[in-house]
Amino acid sequence: MSQRHLLALFNDFDEAVAAISELRAANIKGFDFDDLILKSPIEHPEVETVLGDRPIKVQWFTLAGACMGGLLAFTLVASAQANFFSQIKAGKPIVPLPPDFVLTYEMFILGGVFITILGFLICAGLPAKRSPLYSAKVSEDQIGILVKGDEAAVTAFKAIFTKHKALEIQEEAGK
Amino acid sequence: MGKDIREDIAWAQINKDVLKSLENPKKLYWVILLIAIAMVGVAVGCEIYQYQTGMGVSNKSNSHVWSLYIATFIFWIGMSHSGTLLSAILHLMHADWRKPIYRFAEAMTTFSLMTAGLFVLVHLGRLWMVYYVMPYPNERWVWPNFQSPLVWDMFAIATYLSSSVIFLYVGMIPDLAICRDNIHAGWRKKLYTVLSLGWEGTDRQWRNFRITYLTIACFLIPLAVSVHSIVASDFAMSNMPGWHVTSFPPYFVAGALYSGCAAIITLFVILRYVFKFEEYMTLPIMRKLVRLTFAIAMVWTYLNLIEFSSVWYGHDQTAKDQLIFKATGPYAPYFWAMIFFGSILPLLLAFKRFQTHLPLLFVVSIFLNVGMWLERWMIIGPSFAHGHYPWTWDHDQWPSLVQWGIVFGSFGWFTLLFMVFCKVFPSVSMYEVKEMVYHRTLALKNKPAVKGEH
Repeated sequence: MSQRHLLALFNDFDEAVAAISELRAANIKGFDFDDLILKSPIEHPEVETVLGDRPIKVQWFTLAGACMGGLLAFTLVASAQANFFSQIKAGKPIVPLPPDFVLTYEMFILGGVFITILGFLICAGLPAKRSPLYSAKVSEDQIGILVKGDEAAVTAFKAIFTKHKALEIQEEAGK
Repeated sequence: MGKDIREDIAWAQINKDVLKSLENPKKLYWVILLIAIAMVGVAVGCEIYQYQTGMGVSNKSNSHVWSLYIATFIFWIGMSHSGTLLSAILHLMHADWRKPIYRFAEAMTTFSLMTAGLFVLVHLGRLWMVYYVMPYPNERWVWPNFQSPLVWDMFAIATYLSSSVIFLYVGMIPDLAICRDNIHAGWRKKLYTVLSLGWEGTDRQWRNFRITYLTIACFLIPLAVSVHSIVASDFAMSNMPGWHVTSFPPYFVAGALYSGCAAIITLFVILRYVFKFEEYMTLPIMRKLVRLTFAIAMVWTYLNLIEFSSVWYGHDQTAKDQLIFKATGPYAPYFWAMIFFGSILPLLLAFKRFQTHLPLLFVVSIFLNVGMWLERWMIIGPSFAHGHYPWTWDHDQWPSLVQWGIVFGSFGWFTLLFMVFCKVFPSVSMYEVKEMVYHRTLALKNKPAVKGEH
């Protein structure tokens, strides 16, 4: 059966949350709740209680990036210092740890920041093509709920959205 | 104290007000831009003259090897501190009054660092040899000395610049999407479309955005402190009288925060007037900013006293002579001007009636930064003029007009970059102001439950 996409726009965040709760509870055939996407002009951490636990993995990229950055810096600096043909050490340690800590620390941060951004882009699915069901109102002052379901589910979606005072419902045939 | 922001501003109005700043600023904007371009012209002329004639025209000497260029380099590095650092700290502390002002403060950080970087090149003189300063092993057998604070400096500043640009950009993505949705045609539309990366404000994007922004903020705080501590190490780890002081790193960090806060006040007043941001850059927010600046000014004063007293009671006669030389020698007017502008003038900020007097704050904030610039010059100039050995003493050296011209032009360069940024990108964060309004409205609705939260 072909899939259809619907975007409902709401003025009120509470109504949007109520609509999501009802969609979750309604157990509509041909609709997977995990496919529901909320679009909003600001961040609403409170919506996570309704949407359910959706994991964030950016911090793992951060950890990996920071460790790699620090390790890379120390390896490069220490191996350059170990070339004592060109650097006269005069009895001082060939690889002095306290001053090398400074560059290791800086590169730890640099690696952490860079790879965090990479993680953000991967986890947030960016850069992305703009979806056909998008309203500029979502970046202004309205909340959008994007759902995907079988044609049979469309009537149920519309009934729920209308009940919760959706301002506008856009519809499009899915891929 | 009044409200930081009105709770009844419509979200669409926030978009409209901020987007208007990308289109129609007051005429004063163009006047500022023209003055800035003229100032840059002076610096470029001086640099071309110095480049073609040689470093001798700067009037540096064997004693005064650093002079104004490095003093101004430190000044701009310092100026860069408050933007990103305060934005990150206040973000972690959930101080939402930062939201309308953090964007331009972060931009200030980026452009200050870019201005500071130029001074390293100007100071080198032989620009065609610039790759010599890059720390990489090479065929000339000029290996980098990784134990040197100067090499640490390069790494620290490069890390800070790239991380600050990323912090600024990431924080701007939702606003770039707003610009993309509202600007109708032309190169700007294309620019915003590319830079917004297809942001649609989905729950997945916001969730990952929140943790990313928080993580970078956590990284930036120790990074910013380390950058200026390392710049301080350029001095404190040498044996020059006046520099070999344990309290130099915190002293530099406090001075950096101080000059940055003063610059935020100056730019706050300018943007509020030029882009008509009275609804967002409000007087209660200015009052908080002024109180913060006053507190940092007192920390800076305290650290100055620590430095003077540790030198005075430290039994290091050369360092003590250096302090006396600063206070009574040819540099005395500038030394005492630094004390006046840095420690006495900010006392005005303690008075409630002055904390929201914008014309006065504009003037005072500029003088605070004059004091901070003098501080950097008083670190460099007197130490080179009156070092360990009498045969290196050169009390009469005065920087040439070429040096002054380049220093003067650097302020134009910074202003030019900053004003162009404010015309091309939203200088007030629209989505964060909306969050601020939203949470305050919620707090008002549930007043008994959240009583005492603020």
